[in-house]
Amino acid sequence: MKKTKLLSFAALLILLIGILAACGSSNGEDQESNGSNETDQETDASQDSESESDEGASAEGASGSITISGSSAMQPLVAAAAEQFMSENPEADIQVNAGGSGTGLSEVSEGTVDIGNSDVFAEEKDGIPADELVDHKVAVVGMTAAVNPGVGIDDISKEDLKKVFTGEITNWSELGGEDVDITLVNRPDSSGTRATFVNFGLDGETPAEGVTEDSSNTVKQIVSETEGAIGYLAFSYFTDDSVTAMAIDGVEPTDENVQNGEFPIWAYQHSYTKGEAEGLAKTFLDYLMSDEIQTGLLPEQGYIASTKMQVERDAEGNQTDK
Amino acid sequence: MENKAALSAGERLIKSKQNRSLGELRGKILVTLCALIMITATVAVTIFLTVKGLQSFLVNHVSPIEFLTSTNWNPLADQPSYGALPFIFGSLAVTFLSALIAAPLGIGGAIFMTEIAPSWGRKVLQPVIELLVGIPSVVYGFIGLTVLVPFIREHGAGTGFSILAGTIVLSIMILPTITTIATDAMGALPNSLREGSLALGATRWQTIRKVLLPAALPSLLTAVVLGMARAFGEALAVQMVIGNVRNLPESLLDPSATLTTIITLNMGHTTYGSVENNTLWSMGLILLIISFVFILIVRYLSSRRKI
Repeated sequence: MKKTKLLSFAALLILLIGILAACGSSNGEDQESNGSNETDQETDASQDSESESDEGASAEGASGSITISGSSAMQPLVAAAAEQFMSENPEADIQVNAGGSGTGLSEVSEGTVDIGNSDVFAEEKDGIPADELVDHKVAVVGMTAAVNPGVGIDDISKEDLKKVFTGEITNWSELGGEDVDITLVNRPDSSGTRATFVNFGLDGETPAEGVTEDSSNTVKQIVSETEGAIGYLAFSYFTDDSVTAMAIDGVEPTDENVQNGEFPIWAYQHSYTKGEAEGLAKTFLDYLMSDEIQTGLLPEQGYIASTKMQVERDAEGNQTDK
Repeated sequence: MENKAALSAGERLIKSKQNRSLGELRGKILVTLCALIMITATVAVTIFLTVKGLQSFLVNHVSPIEFLTSTNWNPLADQPSYGALPFIFGSLAVTFLSALIAAPLGIGGAIFMTEIAPSWGRKVLQPVIELLVGIPSVVYGFIGLTVLVPFIREHGAGTGFSILAGTIVLSIMILPTITTIATDAMGALPNSLREGSLALGATRWQTIRKVLLPAALPSLLTAVVLGMARAFGEALAVQMVIGNVRNLPESLLDPSATLTTIITLNMGHTTYGSVENNTLWSMGLILLIISFVFILIVRYLSSRRKI
């Protein structure tokens, strides 16, 4: 009796693993075959949708379904754009998930999603076959140091900023501000926001330990409530007086200064596809780069249009004039 | 009308007799299936986590000894180091400290509800406890962040983000677990124990302290351990108030980090298969192992239960 129980349990286990393995492998195939089906259908369906879409010049139409995942910083933008896109093209179904840049890059290189969003270059992440991915720089986000309004400073030199974040300066009075101790608010090691701030704000120096939070809203709340706190936030979070956006070396943190290359701390928001984008993914990416989105939705959501940038940057962080 | 109903009832009885063996079988298959799904889910998660968790040691050659004993966590440095001890310590510290606060409160509440004021005590306290269970953990975290952290900052030292803040939030969160199970344990004690003790001339307090508490002890400890298991696995609320630094804390007012907070902070940003991602899975494995230890303790305690 006992033996049969054990046996059946073992059999069950094997079955389960088999099913899991089958699921894993067939997923990819399914998706590939789905993809080809979709393109077939699209060529049929595109005839009517093409007449509506003004800029979707490609032969591929705007129907079918795609999944997008990745950077939570990009999620609001892409989700809003997807919503607009779907209301204009009712045949299309676009699912937008957040999950972090790492997740987005992993899933797009595995082929489980069609577009993977990331706020860092794929080259900067381990274990991602960056040469298989095609980069679409959809938007630019500027970031700057955010301080509690009580510190009495709104301009800092890059040298001082480094000293603050490496713990060399521990009181704001050393920089001519109020006599309050400095509290650092960091992001986790793996965060793209942190990588950008460290690379371009601190020239690669490692920040000292401090309170670490992932969500920008939490960081903003902590900085606004803690005396002498300093963190870093994207421009879109400076909507009220609760935190002060720092000018760096006298350059105001504005969209214009990022676009003309004066302000150093900014990052691309990338949409990666595995190989060249096809079908609906391509139509949607073209839509994201269209003037309608770049000059309408993007600034509305606090992003900077990547088409308006006068400088560009490669994966190594070298900045050149366009 | 009545006749018809009676007839159909009779018909139904006959019908059910005919279908009896089939119904038996169907029911049996249904519940067996439920059990099997539960078992396979648990086994599958365990196997998956073990395989994933061991990868950092087997594939990326992170030293398990370094992982468990080093206090240096710096996976992105040129010379990366993977010491998870501060997080293991942080997890255990907030768990035990919160149990230290919540256990006396919860057991006290249970005694109040069962022995001191069984009627109105239960009527008032029970809904309060149920309400506490229903509050989502993110709300606890948010209250902790907006009320508790500034309070500690103003009345103590440092930034307010501290083990103390994490402990207080967790002890409120696990209070309902401990209280509910402890109340059930105290309520399950046979009345003969109380009557016998009182008949011997013991006061009510003596009865509680010398007779009822020792008799219910294994169940009460089970309540505490289950509460600790919940505290150990909580991520969101703790993450918001503990500060998440990688240094080993030196006092209650120092910020710290736990295994769960480091996993939730980093999981989304890391790519599958990278060393950093794998070490996060290893932390998950450690969480699972320690949870198993908690369950083993609970099973041991229940086997010792006398009543």
